[in-house]
Amino acid sequence: MLLFIVFAPLITALFVLLGAPARMTALLGSVATTVVTLIAFFRYDIAQGGFQFVSAWPISEGWRLQFLLGADGLSLVMLFLAALVLLCAVWFTPPVEKSERLFYACLLFIASGAIGAFASLDLFFFYAFHELALIPTFLLIGIWGSGNRFAAAWKVTIYLALGSFVLLLGLILLYRSVPADLRSFDLRQLQAVAASGGISAHAQNQIFFLLLIGFGVLVSLFPFHTWAPEAYASAPAPAAMLHAGVLKKFGLYGLLRIGLPLLPEGARHWSWLLILLLLGNIIYVGLVTLAQKRLDWMLGYSSVMHMGYIFLGIASANLLGTSGAALLMFAHGLSIALLFALAGEIRRRTGTLVLSDLGGLGKIMPFAGFAFGIATFATIGLPGFANFAGEVLIFFGAFKTGADWRGFHIFQIATLLALWGVVISAVYMLRAYRSIFMGESAARWRALPDLSRTLRLPVVLLVTTTLIVGFFPNTALRVLRPTFSRPVAAK
Amino acid sequence: MIAAPALEITLLVWGLVLLMVDAFADKIDKRALAIAGIVGLAVVLLGSFFLAPLPPVATTGFWSFYTADPLAIFFKRFALVTTIFVLIMAIDYGPAIRMGIPAANPHAGLGEFFVLPIFTCAGLMWMASAIDFVMIFVSLELVTVSFYVLVSFTRRNPATLEAGVKYLILSALSTGFLVYGITWIFGVTGETNLARIETVLATQDIDRVPVLFGAALVLVALGFKIAAVPFQIWVPDVYQGAPTPVTAFLSVGSKAAGFVVLLRVLAPFLMLPQVGKMLVGMAALTLIYGNLAALPQLNLKRLLAYSSIAHAGYLLIGIVAFSGAAIAYYLVAYLLMTLLCFAVMIVVATQGDQIEDYAGLATRSPFLAFAMLIGMLSLAGVPFTAGFLGKFFIFDAAIQHHETLLVAIGVITVGCGFYYYLKVVRAMYWQAPANTSPIAISALSRVAICALIAGIFILGVYPKPILEALSPSITVVTAR
Repeated sequence: MLLFIVFAPLITALFVLLGAPARMTALLGSVATTVVTLIAFFRYDIAQGGFQFVSAWPISEGWRLQFLLGADGLSLVMLFLAALVLLCAVWFTPPVEKSERLFYACLLFIASGAIGAFASLDLFFFYAFHELALIPTFLLIGIWGSGNRFAAAWKVTIYLALGSFVLLLGLILLYRSVPADLRSFDLRQLQAVAASGGISAHAQNQIFFLLLIGFGVLVSLFPFHTWAPEAYASAPAPAAMLHAGVLKKFGLYGLLRIGLPLLPEGARHWSWLLILLLLGNIIYVGLVTLAQKRLDWMLGYSSVMHMGYIFLGIASANLLGTSGAALLMFAHGLSIALLFALAGEIRRRTGTLVLSDLGGLGKIMPFAGFAFGIATFATIGLPGFANFAGEVLIFFGAFKTGADWRGFHIFQIATLLALWGVVISAVYMLRAYRSIFMGESAARWRALPDLSRTLRLPVVLLVTTTLIVGFFPNTALRVLRPTFSRPVAAK
Repeated sequence: MIAAPALEITLLVWGLVLLMVDAFADKIDKRALAIAGIVGLAVVLLGSFFLAPLPPVATTGFWSFYTADPLAIFFKRFALVTTIFVLIMAIDYGPAIRMGIPAANPHAGLGEFFVLPIFTCAGLMWMASAIDFVMIFVSLELVTVSFYVLVSFTRRNPATLEAGVKYLILSALSTGFLVYGITWIFGVTGETNLARIETVLATQDIDRVPVLFGAALVLVALGFKIAAVPFQIWVPDVYQGAPTPVTAFLSVGSKAAGFVVLLRVLAPFLMLPQVGKMLVGMAALTLIYGNLAALPQLNLKRLLAYSSIAHAGYLLIGIVAFSGAAIAYYLVAYLLMTLLCFAVMIVVATQGDQIEDYAGLATRSPFLAFAMLIGMLSLAGVPFTAGFLGKFFIFDAAIQHHETLLVAIGVITVGCGFYYYLKVVRAMYWQAPANTSPIAISALSRVAICALIAGIFILGVYPKPILEALSPSITVVTAR
């Protein structure tokens, strides 16, 4: 089943490149992926827990390397996010003028990179799949991007390449720090070794630092975040949806998957650094977001800012915080994808995303305005949306962590400061909504069409998913629980 | 069962026969010679799989300076495969050769161009087997002398002449260093055989300073062969000026041979800590210089020249960590991706080899653009390609060896690599072509390019064959 989920987008991409009708094939492939992912999601046996749907193909015995697929609650939630956002990104793709095939193939490659990483239990392939998405991103921004696309494409590629090689060092070090007869890239084996204390505290500190920097660059952790807004502003809307919505979550997923369960000592040792940097994400980047004059840059910065909350949940390292982090990863993926999709549609119609130029579009494009409003509320974290459930859990989880550092309860201080971030994001999101959709509209835009009927379907899909998970967070949480009760038990 | 030296002897005889045919039958299509050469090389390659077992190590006689251990056999095959691809490229490069040679006969000179690589290959194969300084010197000279001719082959082209002179002078200089270093080592230890030098160094109480001096001189000479900083000055000009197949041969064959010899020669000397420090310094400089200097290049051949310096840096990390398997794997990956880039270059670059000549290649020939894309991605080190696993094994070896500084430099320079390799990708996929005429590819080149791409992907996910081909010799190499 996982094999199908991983390879469906890849094979679809090959078909598209080889000459099948691009849009229809891509849509078909992503619908199939989404459906199978949903089936897997509901067939996951929660009572049993652990990794299921496991399948393995040996690659190198000397290295104990194997192509190992498997999924637990966390991976399934992320897989579903990836498949759903892929579907919507393909759906939202406007007619492509030059080399349509390559465009769809690149989208599918990015998605299969993320999906492969989420479904891999072998750290080597976990890493390799993520890198698979690097080059399609480069091509998407470079060929179809807007604005200063050359600079943006270089920047994102070099940042991500550097980040992932730092990450690679961390993974090799992890492999080497395990006693020789137990060495493996198999996550389950590493978990068993870590649970029995097979990784020394010193090694954990080293590895966690490398992982924090490596994953941090990939997730745009402050101060390594500067690639993100620029890349998202330049990328075509579907690419930004996939990258900000799904691919960026890879680093967070990695920290939840490798950082916390395998290296609890390292995580505790560096929690002060993580707290410091994530406050940079929430407060500093939040204020930078306030100052943005263009919608795409603002969305880019806001996606960087919201990573801070997820980092906070990860730093808290307890059941509440980590499941909140996972939930917010899912919710943020949906809401930011919707926002980027709408921003892309607005740009396609008006030709501009400068906030002060836009205005009054609410009357001209009521459906788009409504959808944008909902996405705004979701991003701010209004109750009823999945984002709210995630943020609340994170704040409770982080506040509960009483890690004492030289007399300061840094977690509580950080939580209090982070709460102000909610206010900041409310200010810029609502302000953006007002300047785009309220007020007088320019005469030249009166005749603009609203979202076409076919485009409304993915919007409805994204919104209903957020609402369902928002009102019934347990649909996701009960699947996530077996994953996150482990690190707590290990403490 | 074949005795190992028979491989080189067969190759030499076959080369001489082809030269004779070339001299006396001047009416035939000279491409037949290249085909015959390829067939001969393939037969020898096949023969290398039916070798008689290695006789016990002797203290005198033939087997005291010649070995056929797994490392040697591995690199013999490596040299053979490289030469086969170089000859395939040479066939496509034939028209350019003809323009570069002043002669009445349209086929004049082509024959030598096709046959000389066979002699080079024999030299490379001997080098892989050499375990005595005298043998190393002689085989190195065979390789170098045939390269003198090949580098300056298209003598109408001033850039080629410049390249030839540079290569000749600097190569002769480095040979001088090598011989001088050997005499110092011989003077102190009284031996030229590497194994016996090792025992002398380990057992007897001798003055270390002259040995160290000799080792440093040998390192200088080999640094020239592998294009390590600060002995890299010749590389960009020679790579740019030499005929493209020769450049490919230089960058793969000559470099690989340099590293094999380095592995063998260093084994006795690594017990001297100063040698290790010298190597660390060399590796760090090579990594930094190669990668930084490649950044602003506009000429693809120069870019690949600097990139080959950069790759020498990664390989030197492997030497510092003394991991035979990592080096062997990296060299194979390097062979595949470098030859792939050069093969595409020969088909595309009839008018020039500036990067801008590749603008819009994706629309002119999607196949060639895809091949170049794979080559560049593999050089940069993207997963699922052989180039990535090469870096993976090198970094792993370095981490095991606690070479923190080198690993840090290596990771940062990988970032540089992504910039300059993707510059070529940008030209091919983003920029509009200057002329839109499609590009014709000969069937042989197409097969060769497909084989190289397949090799990059297969080894990129399934490194087992290479790692296992060397596994007995890893113990030989590392059991110092």
